[in-house]
Amino acid sequence: MSDEMMEGGTQKKFCYVNRKAPYGTIYAWESLEVVLIGAAFEQDVSLVFLDDGVYQLTKGQDTAGIGMKNFSKTYAALEMYDVEKLYVERESMEARGISEEDLLVDVQVLSRAEIADLMEEQDVVLSF
Amino acid sequence: MKFTVMVNEGPYQHQASDSAYKFVEAALAKGHEIFRVFFYHDGVNNATRLTTPPQDDRNIVNRWSELAAKHNLDLVVCVAAAQRRGIADADEAKRNGKDANNIAPGFRISGLGQLIEGGIQSDRTIVFGA
Repeated sequence: MSDEMMEGGTQKKFCYVNRKAPYGTIYAWESLEVVLIGAAFEQDVSLVFLDDGVYQLTKGQDTAGIGMKNFSKTYAALEMYDVEKLYVERESMEARGISEEDLLVDVQVLSRAEIADLMEEQDVVLSF
Repeated sequence: MKFTVMVNEGPYQHQASDSAYKFVEAALAKGHEIFRVFFYHDGVNNATRLTTPPQDDRNIVNRWSELAAKHNLDLVVCVAAAQRRGIADADEAKRNGKDANNIAPGFRISGLGQLIEGGIQSDRTIVFGA
């Protein structure tokens, strides 16, 4: 990392789009790894959860039966990395019968159209 | 324009690597700059020189290596994703006590910071796959 970047000389809007369920594939976990490493670069970071990606934030995840690490607590720790902008698509939640009380972190619920506007503002959109 | 390209799927299984290759080739032909190609998820499997496709098929790995040599491309493989999937260079193999390495010419193993830096330094970041 260059000194200029450490001093905040370059700041871009990074958006991580999470579309897949937390387990079953590795996309959700490896997306989180990018977010955690990326936090050191002090960029303007937003996380978007849509489609089955909304399941990544649900309470009560139990991975004991599948032998995989339960990484859901990491989402609650993102605040410590100054990653505070978490957006969930309303239509994806409704289609899956999920409400805000089912989620383990505070999020902002946006409509599909609002998510599209949010993406439009970004410099870098990484989809997982 | 300056591009960073991200490849998220393995060769042959998925079209992502083919599409990314064609994109990079076309961008270079038009005089654009490729700042970096970053391989993540199963995309790291594009970097094993042990790949042996049938002779009448394209060799996706060699194709990347050749393009890198010709245009001095920076092909970066994520170290964490590579370790999970058994992609290693000589240093990584030694560090992890492995008896062999398999990285193809023109690729290098490094961290996720290289992806973020690519996003910061480039005009556009294009994601293939996932």
